[in-house]
Amino acid sequence: MRAFGTWVALAALAPSLAFAGEWEFGGELAGELRAFPQEPALDAQLSDFQPSAVVLGDIRWTSDNGKHQLVAVPFYRLDGEDDERTHADLREGYYRYAGNNVDILVGAGKVFWGVAESRHLVDIVNQTDAVEDIDEEDKLGQPMVKVSLLKDWGTIDLFALPYFRPRTFPGSRGRLRFDPVINADDPIYEDADEEWNTDFAVRYSHFFGSFDVGVSGFTGTSREPRFTFSPEGLDANGQLVPIYDQINQVGVDVQYTNEAWLWKFEGIVREGQGDTFAATVAGFEYTFFGVTDGGADLGILVEHLYDGRDEFLAPPTASDNDLFYGARYALNDFQDTSILVGAITDLENGSSSGLVEAERRFGQNWTAELEARFFYNVDEEDLLSVFQDDSVVTFRVTRYF
Amino acid sequence: MPRQTSLLLSLLAATTLSASLPSVAIAQSQDVAAMSEEERRGYEIAARSDQSDNGFGGSVVEAQMILRNAAGQESVRDLSFQTLERENENVGDKSLVIFESPRDVEGTALLSHAQILEPDDQWLYLPALKRVKRISSANKSGPFVGSEFAFEDFTATELNKYTYRYVGEEEIDGMMTDVIERFPRYERSGYTRQVSYIDQEVFQLRRVDFYDRKDALLKTLTLTDYREYDGIWRSHAFSMVNHQNGKETDLVYETYDFSQELDAGDFDKGVLSRIR
Repeated sequence: MRAFGTWVALAALAPSLAFAGEWEFGGELAGELRAFPQEPALDAQLSDFQPSAVVLGDIRWTSDNGKHQLVAVPFYRLDGEDDERTHADLREGYYRYAGNNVDILVGAGKVFWGVAESRHLVDIVNQTDAVEDIDEEDKLGQPMVKVSLLKDWGTIDLFALPYFRPRTFPGSRGRLRFDPVINADDPIYEDADEEWNTDFAVRYSHFFGSFDVGVSGFTGTSREPRFTFSPEGLDANGQLVPIYDQINQVGVDVQYTNEAWLWKFEGIVREGQGDTFAATVAGFEYTFFGVTDGGADLGILVEHLYDGRDEFLAPPTASDNDLFYGARYALNDFQDTSILVGAITDLENGSSSGLVEAERRFGQNWTAELEARFFYNVDEEDLLSVFQDDSVVTFRVTRYF
Repeated sequence: MPRQTSLLLSLLAATTLSASLPSVAIAQSQDVAAMSEEERRGYEIAARSDQSDNGFGGSVVEAQMILRNAAGQESVRDLSFQTLERENENVGDKSLVIFESPRDVEGTALLSHAQILEPDDQWLYLPALKRVKRISSANKSGPFVGSEFAFEDFTATELNKYTYRYVGEEEIDGMMTDVIERFPRYERSGYTRQVSYIDQEVFQLRRVDFYDRKDALLKTLTLTDYREYDGIWRSHAFSMVNHQNGKETDLVYETYDFSQELDAGDFDKGVLSRIR
């Protein structure tokens, strides 16, 4: 009930602030169609097409002096096939005080830590909204009290996270899922306080010449669940039960920027899920500027992924020893047209997933995106094997307001 | 180009320019005594124009960028610029550019710390992901957000980024101007030379002709609607016409605000994540 108290406090605060300030109302509406060219592996799964629609609101109030802000970013997806993918979330919903050297945020917030492209290892505060996509880029709003100190020697962010958001997963109709289906809503927690265990996190970030550095720590409920693929890991309906352990994790992210080169490293050490283990992402991004008369840029991306976690006592990962390689082509036209092509290949068994993403703006308020994700050369032993019939093409049109 | 252009993106691109600049030592070693008569005269006129901008402190201004292609189709971008004057001659200005439209990039921001001896430091903020990303400042001649402005066009107009040559006088809009050729000293410029027109009354830049690497006329920048703020002059209408592809970009500024008492803390990397 701690969160409830917070909201009461906010509600009491809001009217007194509402005298002088500026309201902004915005948002977006999107229509999305996923197409699955292959037959599903399981009878229960949808075949062919998965249409859906998304509404995202964006409501902001900022005081005249700019120091106080109230923000609400509600999200809702209506999915035509998968009931679990029909879901709502408060992506952001907070009060923020922005002082000269201090920033305080209370409510549901979103933060990003890290520098890598293919995997966001150190980024642990927000839970992944995994029913949205398997790329772990979509995040659920995280209830938090965040205090940031902004100094000329760097930024320190302190987080108290009073409530845990379990990861979302596709339902039985959904593609890109495990078999059996995961019962996302009724997980097992290691801690007796379950989702009310208060997690803590801290991050220091700054730059030193050409080096941008972040150092972070986290103690609390793992955002990644593990599973027991045996009868005791299933509930009464035969569904997989997520298990959320208590973990401690430290992370480091570094980027070295030199001319057209960006060199990137992220590393974590985590305890609490089998033996203490380390995981890393290391690589580079190199950009060829002005490859056409129109001024298009071509970027080359390469990253190596390593993960030393226990195969059975830790959450599953496909990124144990993999190579990501890709290219990003940005036309630098006034529609901001860009294309990303990439793939991740397991260096031990060759299992691969490829990705093509193209996007462009139309007029002032519309964008269109086309994404293709495909799985090839998949080894039966690789985690990717559960997705191997689920290559997918997604088309999305978004109207911004 | 006048320092105010730097506002544009001084930061954005500034990096690139100042990055490749030789160095203060070399820059200051533009030895007036060793110059020819035309070089010395060109340098002195450019220096007088540059000095007219000293002491602006910090400024905040909203602007609209209107991109037009040869067929007349338009695309509009709303931007806000915050600029902090360099602390001393050894560093560059700091600036923060925030996109307000199109809506799909609303809240996207570019923070730049211009340097003299080293490459500029630049960070991009992507609000949808809440991600702060350090970016390369090596891209000088590339287009800025699809416009006819190159990154280098926005660079703080440090005097010593160019060598100069006095060409003559010409009347523009009933105003006498000194015509000065300037030659980039930094690497990777898209230009062999620029022809600048500086008025003889308040020493502001009124027009620049840009010549590409083949020395063909590429673009013309016209600066109008100058207004004075307590001794500091700012153009409020930049119009860049590309003669080779028929496209043009207008940059129209609202009233500048010099009263906000910005300090270095407003340009720390950490402020990016609270923009949106």
